[in-house]
Amino acid sequence: MSGKAFFIDTTLCTACRGCQIACKQWNQLPATKTHNWGSMQNPKDLSFDTYKVVRFQEHMGSNNKPVWYFFPDQCRHCVEPPCLEASEDDAPGGIIIDSQTGAVLYTDKLKKMKAEDVIESCPFNIPRAQKGTGYLSKCTMCVDRVHNGLLPACVKTCPTGAMNFGDRDKMVALAKDSLATAKSRFPKATLTGLEDLRVFYLLADEPKKYYTYAKVDVLPGGMDRKMAMRKIGRSLKDLSREWQIINKLAS
Amino acid sequence: MTNHWIDIRNSDCILIMGSNAASNHPISFKWVTEAMKRGGKLISVDPRFTQTSSKADFYTALRSGTDIAFLGGMIKYILDNNKYFKEYVAEYTNAAFIIADSYDFNDGLFSGYDAENRKYDKSKWGFVKDEKGIPKKDRTLQDPRCVFQLIKKHYSRYNLDTVSAITGTPKEDLAKVYEMYSTTGQQGKAGTIMYAMGWTQHTVGVQNIRSMAIIQLLLGNMGVAGGGVNALRGESNVQGSTDHCILFHIWPGYLKTPKASLPTLAAYNKKYTPKTNDPLSANWWGNYPKYSVSLLKSFFGDKATKANDFGYNWLPKLDDGVTYSWLDLFDAMYKEEFKGLFAWGMNPAASGANANKNREAMTKLDWMVNVNIFDNETGSFWKGPGMDPKKIKTEVFMLPCAVSVEKEGSITNSGRWMQWRYKAANPPAEALPDGQILMKLGKAVQYLYKKDKNAVFPEPIVNLKWDYSTHGEFDAHKMAKEINGYFLKDITVKGKKFKKGDLVPSFAYLQADGSTSSANWLYCNSYTSKGNMSARRKREKSGIGLNPEWAWCWPVNRRIIYNRASVDKTGKPWDKEHPVIEFKGKVENGKYVSKKWVGDVPDGGWYPMQNPDGSDRKDTKYPFIMKPEGHAHVFGPGRADGPFSEHYEPVESPVSKQPFSSQLASPVAVTYGTNMDIYKSDDPKYPYVCSTYRVCEHWQTGIMTRWQPWLLEAQPQLFVELSKELGAKLGIKNGEKVIVESARGKVEAVAMVTIRFRPFTIQGKTVHQVGLPWHFGWVHPKDGGDSANLLTPSAGDPNTRIPETKAFMVNMRKA
Repeated sequence: MSGKAFFIDTTLCTACRGCQIACKQWNQLPATKTHNWGSMQNPKDLSFDTYKVVRFQEHMGSNNKPVWYFFPDQCRHCVEPPCLEASEDDAPGGIIIDSQTGAVLYTDKLKKMKAEDVIESCPFNIPRAQKGTGYLSKCTMCVDRVHNGLLPACVKTCPTGAMNFGDRDKMVALAKDSLATAKSRFPKATLTGLEDLRVFYLLADEPKKYYTYAKVDVLPGGMDRKMAMRKIGRSLKDLSREWQIINKLAS
Repeated sequence: MTNHWIDIRNSDCILIMGSNAASNHPISFKWVTEAMKRGGKLISVDPRFTQTSSKADFYTALRSGTDIAFLGGMIKYILDNNKYFKEYVAEYTNAAFIIADSYDFNDGLFSGYDAENRKYDKSKWGFVKDEKGIPKKDRTLQDPRCVFQLIKKHYSRYNLDTVSAITGTPKEDLAKVYEMYSTTGQQGKAGTIMYAMGWTQHTVGVQNIRSMAIIQLLLGNMGVAGGGVNALRGESNVQGSTDHCILFHIWPGYLKTPKASLPTLAAYNKKYTPKTNDPLSANWWGNYPKYSVSLLKSFFGDKATKANDFGYNWLPKLDDGVTYSWLDLFDAMYKEEFKGLFAWGMNPAASGANANKNREAMTKLDWMVNVNIFDNETGSFWKGPGMDPKKIKTEVFMLPCAVSVEKEGSITNSGRWMQWRYKAANPPAEALPDGQILMKLGKAVQYLYKKDKNAVFPEPIVNLKWDYSTHGEFDAHKMAKEINGYFLKDITVKGKKFKKGDLVPSFAYLQADGSTSSANWLYCNSYTSKGNMSARRKREKSGIGLNPEWAWCWPVNRRIIYNRASVDKTGKPWDKEHPVIEFKGKVENGKYVSKKWVGDVPDGGWYPMQNPDGSDRKDTKYPFIMKPEGHAHVFGPGRADGPFSEHYEPVESPVSKQPFSSQLASPVAVTYGTNMDIYKSDDPKYPYVCSTYRVCEHWQTGIMTRWQPWLLEAQPQLFVELSKELGAKLGIKNGEKVIVESARGKVEAVAMVTIRFRPFTIQGKTVHQVGLPWHFGWVHPKDGGDSANLLTPSAGDPNTRIPETKAFMVNMRKA
C-alpha cells in the first residue's frame, strides 16, 4: 500500500511530552488553560487546539510492581476513514485524502456538516470542534513538512525512537520487527492498525490498559467496520480501487 | 562524567539511581534505549516508580536517604561472592595499600573525630610508607591492614537483613539488583551508573557517590567503554560553571582558593602541589604551579611579575576554617553580615533550601542586582507572600539579559564536551548578554578605582587585564582564547618554537615562570592555532561513540578518562569488542621497542606497564594519574566524613535509632543556628519522609518554563505524590488540594494519589514517603503553587555543603 504511516513503539515512550509540545509549536496552536487533575496527563484530552495528547495509565503489574503505560494519542489517518464516509454526502470536499501521503485532511467545507456527527463517526474519538464556530481540527500528519522532505514535528522531536514515520510498507516491516523484539520482554505485546490505518501502535499489554480507544474494531453504534462496508455494498478491494480513483481526481 | 553521553550505549548494565533520567535528561534516554537494544539491562532504584522505572528491566524502591545502606550491601555482596575484577583491583586501585595503625572505625565513628568541633583529623587515615616514602602494598590483598581487608570488615555489617530493615527494600529485590549489576565485574563487561541530585543533595551526598565509585573500582568499570561514574548535571552548562570554578573554594581548573594562612605564592603552591616518591606515579597535580601561575598571568597580564608573586596577593583569600558556600552566604545575609547581592541568573527565593530564611535574608540587604530574563521570586521578593514592601529597604535593580540563543559562546555538557553555540537572534530591547553586563560593570568599577586617589588597595581591580571586548562588545572568542592560553614571550618548549602571542597547544606546555597565561589549564587545547576546537562538527563513521572530531572535551579531548585502566598491564584492552585505547607498539624479543597507542587520547602516552613477555617496564605510569600515588581510591582519605562510606540517617529522619551504629545522623553534617534553622527528627508532628524532584516540562525553579504557555499547559501546578495507603489514611483523594508542611514552611499542592509510591516497612514500622517537584513559584502563574524549597532544610554535606533537599520530614492534610 502506498503513502506514509506512523509507527509508535510505546515500549520506548518515556512520556516526555516532546511530541505533544512539538505539535503545538509547529502548528502554532495556543496553549489551553489546564489544572492538575491528579495526573501527569495534560491537557486531559484532545481539543481543537490540541492535536496530540500523551495519555497515562498506571496498573499493578504481574510481579507486584507497578506498570505505567503511555499512549501518544493522535488521528489514525485511516485508509478508509469513517469520517470521510459519513461526510461525503452532506459536506463533499470537507474531508480529503492527500494523494502523496494518505493523510486525512479537513477543509473548511466540512462546516456544512454538524460537528457532533463527524466526531461520532470516528471510532477513535479524535476530531474536536472549536467552541462557537463548530469548525473541526485534528492531526494533519504535518503534510506541509512531509511534502518538503521533513519528518512530522512529533517524530522529529522524539528522543528515544518511539515515534517513527515513513513509507507505509517500511513502517509495517519495522512494526513487525519491533513486535518480535518486544515479545521477548512482554509476552502480551501486540500491534494495532496494520491492516487499515496509517498509525500503528506497539503495545506491551492489552490495549484497554493504555486507553479505551487504543484499539477499536467496532464503530460507534456497535457496527463492525467490515460489516459497515458490506452494508454499503462494496468490498474492501473495490473500495481501495475507488480510493485510487478519488485520489487521481483529488491530485 | 568520567565517560560521556553517547558512551552509555556501550553499557551491559545501567543502574539509574538518584535520577529519573527518562524525564529529566530525556536525550540521555536515547542512549539508554540504544544500550538496551544491544542487550544491556536497565535497573531503576527510586523511592517512587518513575518514567525511568517504567522502562527498566528491574525496579525496586528504597527510602530516601538510605542509598549508602543499599550500596554498602552491594559492596558486601561483590566481596563475599568474588564478583570483583581481581587483577584490576590489585593493580590499579589502592586496595593493596597498607593503612596506618592510627586508622580505625568504631560504632559509626572513624578515628580522629573531634566531637566538640564536629570534624575529623584526616591525618589519622594515612598510608604506611616504605623507606623510600612510597606506600607499602600487598598485591595479594591478604594483609589484614590492607585496604581490601579493611573494606571487607567495614561493609561486613551491610547484610541483606539489616539493609532491608533500614531501606525498606525487600531482601529478594536487593539480591536481584546486586546479582544483576555485579555481572559487570567480569572482564569485558561494563556497568555504568547514571545519577543526579537524588544522590548529591544529602548530608551524605559525597559519600553516596563514593560508595558507587568503590563499586565501580571493585568491578573494574572505570576507564572502560560503557562504564564510569556518570553524573547527570542539573543544568546545561553547570559543568562549565564548575570547570571555571565559580564557587568559593576553587579557582578555575579545580585549583584551590588560597587561605589567609598562605601569605605567599610559594607557600600556596607548596601546600597544594602533591608530591610522590614513586617514579611510576605520574602525579599530574605535581604540575600545579604551572597552572596557578598561568592563571595569575591571565588575570593580571604584564602587571603580574615574579617580583610581586604574579599578583597572588591581589586575589581574595578565605579565612581559615570559614566556609562561604551557598548555605553560608544566606546565613550571613540573614545575620546582616553583608549588604549587597548580585542574584545573577538564579532564583534563590525558590531554589535555595529553607527558602523562607533566604527570602527573609533578602529583606536585610541594602541593594540587590537581579540579572535575569523574566520577573521572578528573587527580584520581586519584596512583594512576595508575607512581605510588606513598606518595611523593606532593599533597592532592587532588575537587569534584563539575553537568553542562550541570543548570544555566542560555549556550553560544557555533563560529558565534559565543550560545544560552541551560535547567536540565532538579537536580544530584545535593552537586554544584554551576561558577558557584556559584566564588562560594563567591571570597567565602571575599574574606572572609579583609577579615578579615586584615595581608593583603598586598588591593585586587585586596576591591575586586572580584563581585555575581553572587541569594539566595546564582550567577545566570546577572545574569552575562549584567553581561557586556552597564550605564550607571553618567544620560547621553545619540548623542542618546539613558539612566538609571543601564540596560542598554547595544550597544558603540557604551560610554564610556572610567567611565560604563559591560561585562564583555565583544563581548557588549554580547546582554542589553538588549529582553531576553535569546540566548534567542530564531524561525526565518526565507526567506533564506540567517541566522536573525537565533534566539538572538544577536556582534558586534551580525552573522551573517556582513566582509560589506561581499560587495558591490562601490557596495553591490551580488557574488552576486545569495545576497546577505548590499545597499545600497538612494535615488539622485538618479547619487548616493546616503539610507542603507539590507538583509539581515544590515552591518559598519558607512556609505554604500558609491562612488555608482552611479562617483564616490568620503568618508562611507564600507573593509570590513575591524578592521584599522588597513581592508584584509584577505594580507600579515600581526603573526604571530610571518612575514607569509607557509612550509613547515617538524614538530619531529619523518621527513626530514632539505626542498625549500623549509635550515630543517628552524620557526625559531621552541617547545620545552622539562627531562629529560622529548625530541624525536627523522629517527631510525630512531621511523620512522613519527603523528597523533591523534577519533571520534564519544567526546569529548575521554573523561572523560564513557567512563562512558556505550552510547557505550563502540560504541567500547570505544584503537585505532591503520595501512596494510596497514605491517601486512605488521611482521607485525601486524587486531585484534591492539600497542604504539605515541614518545620520550616508550607505549600499548597494538588494531591496525586498513586500506586507508584508505596509505604515502606522500616525496622518493623510503616513509614510513608511523599514527593514534590520544586519548579513552581508565587510570581506566575497565580494558581501554580510556591516553591517546594519552603519545606527543605538548611542542612549540608560536610564536603560540599550541598543542602539536604532530598530527604526531610513533613506532614500533610487536606487544604
